[in-house]
Amino acid sequence: MDKKVWTHAGKHTLIIAFGLLMLYPVLWLLSSSFKPNSLIFSDTGIWPAQLTLDNYYNGWKGLQGISFGTFFANSAQISVLSVLGNIATCSLAAYAFARLNFRFKKLWFSLMLVTIMLPYHVSLIPQYIIYNELGWINTYLPLILPKWLAHDSFFILLMVQFIRGIPKELDESATIDGCSQGQLYFRIIMPLLVPALITTAIFTFIWTWDDFFSQMIYLSDIKQFTVQLGIRSLFDPSGESDWGALLAMSALSLVPIMTIFLAFQKYFLDGIATTGLK
Amino acid sequence: MQAARRRSLDSHNKTAYLFLLPWLVGFVGLTLGPMLGSLYLSLTKFNLLNPPVWLGLDNYASIFSQDPTFTGSLSLTFTYVLVSVPLRLAFALMVALALNKGIRALGLYRTVYYIPSLLGGSVAIAIVWRNIFDGDGLVNQALAWFGIEGPAWIAHPDYILSTIITLSVWQFGSAMVIFLAGLKQVPADLYEAAQVDGAGKTRQFFRITLPMLTPVIFFNLVMSIINSFQVFTPGFVIGDGRGGPLNATMFYTLYLYMKGFSFFDMGYASALAWLMLLIISFFTVIVFLTSKYWVFYGDGKEGGR
Repeated sequence: MDKKVWTHAGKHTLIIAFGLLMLYPVLWLLSSSFKPNSLIFSDTGIWPAQLTLDNYYNGWKGLQGISFGTFFANSAQISVLSVLGNIATCSLAAYAFARLNFRFKKLWFSLMLVTIMLPYHVSLIPQYIIYNELGWINTYLPLILPKWLAHDSFFILLMVQFIRGIPKELDESATIDGCSQGQLYFRIIMPLLVPALITTAIFTFIWTWDDFFSQMIYLSDIKQFTVQLGIRSLFDPSGESDWGALLAMSALSLVPIMTIFLAFQKYFLDGIATTGLK
Repeated sequence: MQAARRRSLDSHNKTAYLFLLPWLVGFVGLTLGPMLGSLYLSLTKFNLLNPPVWLGLDNYASIFSQDPTFTGSLSLTFTYVLVSVPLRLAFALMVALALNKGIRALGLYRTVYYIPSLLGGSVAIAIVWRNIFDGDGLVNQALAWFGIEGPAWIAHPDYILSTIITLSVWQFGSAMVIFLAGLKQVPADLYEAAQVDGAGKTRQFFRITLPMLTPVIFFNLVMSIINSFQVFTPGFVIGDGRGGPLNATMFYTLYLYMKGFSFFDMGYASALAWLMLLIISFFTVIVFLTSKYWVFYGDGKEGGR
């Protein structure tokens, strides 16, 4: 019996130690952001020998007179509008695929599945040209519009699978009571779809928040910059960055994501487990 | 009767297409149209200012015959995919197995191991990576305790790729969560039966656990290959953003980005994009085709669907 307890304890110790090692880069970021610039490289301990808020103060000032407050507001605006778009339009498409019969349904459905696997780059350049013609460069439209056109088909699939799990009897009895398809969608399906909608919302938020590539392509005016672009601009690859400020803003940029994760953990991990989201 | 059914199908059709409308507009306007557009552009010379000039297959010809940067970026990206994907999946499987056996506080461990996947795609973490792998950064200081003198991970072209691979492997958490869910599906009586028959742990793993997990491994493999091919942020931030040092961070997507948006050679970049599509499709198809030899779907139909 004793031996079993010990192997258990050993196993847990191992798992915890490995977990700490995994988290070390994140903890290092957090602690370094509170260290004076001169100590960031020499003091590698997790607990800072000297605490300061200067990094946050300096970093928040941002670039060229635009503070990080603006960048955070911009990122939040893009992410929230994207979330709303994905929830609205992906659920519409999912409802059609899961519950309605229509001509060419199989064709559209398989095309939808294929788009999940298409690399973004193959449509990138013509998209850029179109947005350029429309005068939408340096606006948020190229980043938000695709979400309002159910472009992230992954979430359609997620919702289709979820809706298929909702008993059809509910629809049938509602139809007998005189519900139209539109009412069915709003009154029966949407309320039951909430867990899938939450999964969609949190992943859309995080992916949009972190989406560096398209933000970099479409936004060059510093007033429009997002948090990711702001951090990248604070960082000078050739060497002379204000590392303190950079790490402070980096740490801050992870706060919204961590908050959402900790608040919605259950949806997160279940969402990944059942659908294989990234 | 028939007419009535026809009418109801028609009205169903109309409602359905109304629901589908945003997606259809997006599919045509953001996917299909632009895809055909880039196929056309790949056959031209185009710089956004002047109208496209027809080149035929010239872009493709120069990509294959006189573009060492293309060859370099392709082999770099292949190396990255071929090393990081198996390593990440193997790690994920190992940790999932360690956590599976009804361990206490599983929820907490799962959360801790998932956090890297959650944060890893951000610019912030790429900057952290650049810092801790720097010549006198954390990693080399840790190696120094063991008397190992670490190389200049960032500055030296031979080592920077391994830095980027560790960042990818570090994010094994999401695959692990999927494996954990897959492990839960394996019926316990299989193990009991195996035990009665005298099969050891190793044998049980190779004969029960691994085959039962192959559908999950298959799924993870396909998605990881597709996503890893498109890696951009880590190379861009950990490197110097222009592919350096010595093109050691010139990933395929970065090269495409530079051709299209730094040199405004958009025809050439479109050709690169279409080649990328073909390469990714090729690998996906291979995984799909071989799957019938190694993916086991329960319900007695081995390999079938």
